[in-house]
Amino acid sequence: MRSVRASFSQVPLVGWLLSALVAVTLEHLVGAPVALALGLPRVPVLFGFLIMFATPTLIPSAILYTLCIYAVPIAGTAWLGTPVTNRLAAELFRLSKVISVAVHLFLLYAVLHLWAELSDYRVLVLRLTMIAIMVTLSLNVINGYMGQFSCSHPGFMALGAYVASVFTVVLFVDDGLFGPAWLPPFLGPFMFPIGLILGGLVASFAALAVAIPSFRTRGDYLAVISLAFMFIVKSLIENLEVVRGPRGLSGQPEWATLPTVFLWTVACVWIVNNFVRSTMGKALNAVRDNETAAEAMTVNTRRTKIVAFLFAAFWAGVAGGLFAHVLGYVNPGTFGIQKLAEVLAMVYFGGLNSVYGAIVGAVSISLLGEALRPLEILKWIVIPLLVILVMIFRPTGLIAFTDLNVTNLIKPKHSPDPGV
Amino acid sequence: MAFFLQNVVNALQWGSFYALIALGYSMVYSILMLFNFAHGDIFMVGAYIGFGVATALISLSAAGAVILPNWVILVLTILFSMFLTAFVGVIVERVGYRPLRNAPLASAAITGLMIGIILETGNLALLGAQRVRFPSLIPTTTYNVGGVFITNEKIMIVVVALVLALGLHQFVRRTKWGMAMRAMAFDSAAVPLMGVPLNTMVALTFAIGSALAAAAGILFGVAYPVLDPYMGIVVGWKAFVAAILGGRGSVIGATLAGFLLGFNEIFVVMIFPSTLRDLIAYSIILLFLTFRPHGFLGEPYSARLRL
Repeated sequence: MRSVRASFSQVPLVGWLLSALVAVTLEHLVGAPVALALGLPRVPVLFGFLIMFATPTLIPSAILYTLCIYAVPIAGTAWLGTPVTNRLAAELFRLSKVISVAVHLFLLYAVLHLWAELSDYRVLVLRLTMIAIMVTLSLNVINGYMGQFSCSHPGFMALGAYVASVFTVVLFVDDGLFGPAWLPPFLGPFMFPIGLILGGLVASFAALAVAIPSFRTRGDYLAVISLAFMFIVKSLIENLEVVRGPRGLSGQPEWATLPTVFLWTVACVWIVNNFVRSTMGKALNAVRDNETAAEAMTVNTRRTKIVAFLFAAFWAGVAGGLFAHVLGYVNPGTFGIQKLAEVLAMVYFGGLNSVYGAIVGAVSISLLGEALRPLEILKWIVIPLLVILVMIFRPTGLIAFTDLNVTNLIKPKHSPDPGV
Repeated sequence: MAFFLQNVVNALQWGSFYALIALGYSMVYSILMLFNFAHGDIFMVGAYIGFGVATALISLSAAGAVILPNWVILVLTILFSMFLTAFVGVIVERVGYRPLRNAPLASAAITGLMIGIILETGNLALLGAQRVRFPSLIPTTTYNVGGVFITNEKIMIVVVALVLALGLHQFVRRTKWGMAMRAMAFDSAAVPLMGVPLNTMVALTFAIGSALAAAAGILFGVAYPVLDPYMGIVVGWKAFVAAILGGRGSVIGATLAGFLLGFNEIFVVMIFPSTLRDLIAYSIILLFLTFRPHGFLGEPYSARLRL
């Protein structure tokens, strides 16, 4: 067992990505015949979970399919290809770190794209998961790194979603509400980032309403202020007849495609990771651990709080904008207590104070939510129970307090024996 | 003038619900420094338990086993449900909060949030999605006092809420248990060393808070007889805000803030369109907390900075 683990620990990241690429290509080529041969009605969309819960008799076939198409090819290729991929990783690393990162990202995107190409459902789940990663990361900046209990993220998301939606709908859509499009539609995909950034900036500006009271309050009272902020935003949008109030705004053009969401998510992870490892990030930790001591050590706590709130709100706003364009519809009811519970669960499930943790939390809760869909209502008993168990046995979350170090990630894993 | 007084009556009624629930938040917070985010849903569970008890008593009475007048049924329902819901609160504490006593407070808050979701969903799974009707036990009589219409239900709600709040105040002030609670709120680290059983006190706090929430739930059912599994969300979170406005761990503060929140909402609706209710009510709260972060009767933070 230990030797197996040792040999797999030699596989560099690029090796895993290439093996995953092999697996998804395999699924493209032989997925349908294999599924047919195993007696499955169609290719399982989400690793067979949906089929397993729907018809329990098919559980062995679904597991077998996942083993044949994913587990065995990935493990096999990764293991067999270790020497080659290690050399490749070393070459890339020597060439330039930037190129190496770009290659890794390209491979990751290729894997996701090929995997998602088989069904629209996968595309939707992937995009929503990536948006969840952005929201979780940005909330982790406040709740994890700065240690304040903020409940205002659904509000920031709502602002971003509405501003971006109004921007695109007014400029590019012939709509009964805002009249004909102002600009030709071919400009749309280029202007879309501007709309998202605008949404982020508005959310960021509104975050001042939470950041300024947070100077005088510590921890728990901030929870109420941010909660009040969330209700204010929701209620404000419900009262704005310009955007159809509680009935919601629809007709957003479908520009939040998989590559767009992927690029934004990568940008978010990269920038947040750099932010939390900067001097400002260390100041966040100082404010969390002891505000008075931080002040005594010349940390400007006010500035730190403001920057953290504005930064986190910006990314929440961008994520909200993408969310609205993925669904093509947005209403204020989405951004209530339910959303808050979901986002908080992601942050605390994955792990505080860690970029890995945010990614793990967002991915696992979103995928669990989709995989357990056949359980219907019981899904909302199973997922909270899991979160409670994690809280009891690992109170700070699954992967807390770990740094994301890109250099370590893309480095080749040299084997101890130079001959191999 | 009559219109104004009519709104005062309505505000008192809503304030009673908020005050009773806010007391539960506030008491738990004063001892554990922790928001029991499941409390709104305990209010919902209390209302449903009340519904069950009332239905059972009515059918018993109808079957002729014991003939009870309706007002006795109502009193018995309130008492039984408070008793049963107290156990629900103790179980929630035992399962969700005690294992996390030494964990970061935010983790315990998340657990509470998740327990709330489980209670809502469990209710939905057990009883189905259709709403249930709380049986009407006392016939509504409306009194016309100088143009102000007051129903006997409203009087009962306000009186019961005030009696319970005053009773709690006396309990906390006068009894040995209450003294232990106040001591624990003052210094939750040192007091257990003086021989006060920590777990018993925490369980007692949860029991009392949940019993009050159950009373609020039944009163709510009497006033608005349609129960649904998500009723705890709206009322519960507003009561949470009231608990904070009142200042930490202050019985009088929480009661006052509950009533003030009721007044705030009703009078916003009196002046502005009713859709603006949440917007303006919460904006007032946000402004208030910006300038007075420790609530009405709480102590300022600097007084008890925890190093």
